[in-house]
Amino acid sequence: MSAATPTRAAAPAAPPFLQIQDVVKDFGGGAVAVNHVSIDIAKGEIFALLGSSGCGKTTLLRMLAGFETPTSGRIVLEGRDIAGMAPYDRPFNMMFQSYALFPHLTVFENIAFGLKRDGMPKDQIAARVEAMLKLVQLGKYAQRKPHQLSGGQQQRVALARSLAKSPQMLLLDEPLGALDKKLREETQIELVNIIEGVGVTCVMVTHDQEEAMTMATRIAVMSEGRVLQVGPPSEIYETPATRFVADFIGNVNMMEGTLTKDWPDHVIISCADCTHYVGHGITGTEGMAVGVAVRPEKIELSRTEPAGEHSPHNKVRGTVKDLSYFGSFTVYHLQLASGAVLKVSESNVARHRDEQLTWGDTAWAHWAPTAQVVLTQ
Amino acid sequence: MKSAMKSATKSLRAMFTRGRTVVIGTPYAWLLVFFLLPFLIVLKISVSEMDGVRFKDVLTFADGLMQLTLKFSNYVFITQDDLYFKTYWSSLIYAASTTFFCLLIGYPFAYFMARAKPRLQPALLMLVMLPFWTSFLLRVYAWKGLLSENGWVADVLTFLRIDHLLLAGGLIPALDRYMNSPFSLVLGMTYTYLPFMILPLYGNLAKMDLRLLEAAQDLGATAFTAFWKVTVPLSKAGIIAGSMLVFIPCVGEFVIPELLGGPQTLMIGRVLWDEFFSNNDWPMASTVAVVMIVLILVPLAIFNRYQAQAQELRR
Repeated sequence: MSAATPTRAAAPAAPPFLQIQDVVKDFGGGAVAVNHVSIDIAKGEIFALLGSSGCGKTTLLRMLAGFETPTSGRIVLEGRDIAGMAPYDRPFNMMFQSYALFPHLTVFENIAFGLKRDGMPKDQIAARVEAMLKLVQLGKYAQRKPHQLSGGQQQRVALARSLAKSPQMLLLDEPLGALDKKLREETQIELVNIIEGVGVTCVMVTHDQEEAMTMATRIAVMSEGRVLQVGPPSEIYETPATRFVADFIGNVNMMEGTLTKDWPDHVIISCADCTHYVGHGITGTEGMAVGVAVRPEKIELSRTEPAGEHSPHNKVRGTVKDLSYFGSFTVYHLQLASGAVLKVSESNVARHRDEQLTWGDTAWAHWAPTAQVVLTQ
Repeated sequence: MKSAMKSATKSLRAMFTRGRTVVIGTPYAWLLVFFLLPFLIVLKISVSEMDGVRFKDVLTFADGLMQLTLKFSNYVFITQDDLYFKTYWSSLIYAASTTFFCLLIGYPFAYFMARAKPRLQPALLMLVMLPFWTSFLLRVYAWKGLLSENGWVADVLTFLRIDHLLLAGGLIPALDRYMNSPFSLVLGMTYTYLPFMILPLYGNLAKMDLRLLEAAQDLGATAFTAFWKVTVPLSKAGIIAGSMLVFIPCVGEFVIPELLGGPQTLMIGRVLWDEFFSNNDWPMASTVAVVMIVLILVPLAIFNRYQAQAQELRR
């Protein structure tokens, strides 16, 4: 069965600015940190490498910065292979996870550090640093030492320092990892605004999917040194290519089943607790094993059995085993007949609902014929 | 009941406050009894007059007349006899050269130790401290043999024609003669005090965040520039601590000049010895000691000020 891979967002039209071609990094001792990775990055993109720790994303970023040399493969910048180029010769600058601000230098001197290395005249350096400080709104702090700044201010100094040399590419290593949650949300938008304002191409590494979703134009999901899927955030979320990606990004209900009927316009998939009517164009051979992924927010709950047009498909009965109230929405854990648990999230539109489900209630979950993603891998 | 608890917490708190006073007070008490008091005694002796083998009282009270007799002639004498000035000066020069060579050898040593594989570091640290297991006197004495006419270190130096270089610099008395010279003295002191330079430097360099070097390289600094612009400034506290630990004891060093320096190398420690044990002139000896302490206190004060600043920086 060819699980109808939805039309991929068309590859960036412009010729790729940076090409990572079949790059391998093997530190020796078993696992390969980066395993045959190929990615094209277009000019002006904010590209996120997303994955849990140890997936190879940081190693890949460090190879872009020049701190590691690929075991094999090429890193091509506008037609030129830069894989072996020393970090101080690369037109890339990096914002480090811990910022790595020089503690013995003032904010001004930190930002000027890279400019001085280029032998820029003093008055030009001063003007450039002023401009950078203005960009990150830290004009008053030029003479402070890094330890006299708050975490958010340090982050902005680090950003200013990495942008000061007008790099062709900005590398961000967990750019907001060291900030607390509230500040992180504010900074995400601000950071994107600054990067887009400057117009620099940006590769960021993060383990935080929300961060990747809000900031990046495209995301590469990585696991165990490999890239599993590359695409815009909505594509990664709505049409994951594999069970791993579906599970890694957001919440999902994974159900394993077999394809029982293949009609021209739909298929029927039987799972342990329910049957699925999948209406979007997929096809396959009857009897093949598939996975069905349904996001919790795409499921609705009702106390009575819904009489949908696709009845008896796309619905299941269960008891509320658990519910987590998040304020704007509530996640219900529905215990199904087989013992499996179905997560359903309902947004709390009204302030008080009389028919609010609670522990032990029996309810029907139902979903549209377009809600499911059918996965073979 | 409530008041009982209140009084209990009160006495508990009082105990803690007292405990804190004891903790803070102990080192001060120690310094007072074993440093300030002896220093005051030495200071007193330096201005006392000898009465045969005894000192005359500085403060006398007789017939309703209180008399304070301070004899400053020793201090005056020190300023007039240029032997003392020369000795102080050469002591400072020898101590400074020793510090310089310790830094020159110790910095790369500490640097490579700090950058070595973590597994190797304890072993390397052990090697630095290993010489302390043998008597200091024995180790210095060994150099006498190594540098004497048929010592193998001397032979190697002569073979490499380093003696020509040293003679040209006036650091040895003649070709193939290394003992009893400024060369042998500074060599011996550098050898002895090297660990005191390495240990604080290592402590400092090992703590350094290596990502700062990556950041420097990322911003266009070569490894060499990154070292000068980042590593060295950040290890300033270690350099100063190590230098003080070498410089201060070197100024007053007695044993090494006695064993390796010979009569030509003037060091204040030996003058002190002579005044005490050869001339039996305790007031003069005390005067020499007081002036030496003042000479050492100046760099120490600078060091402390720097430390305080660095501490403030870290806050």
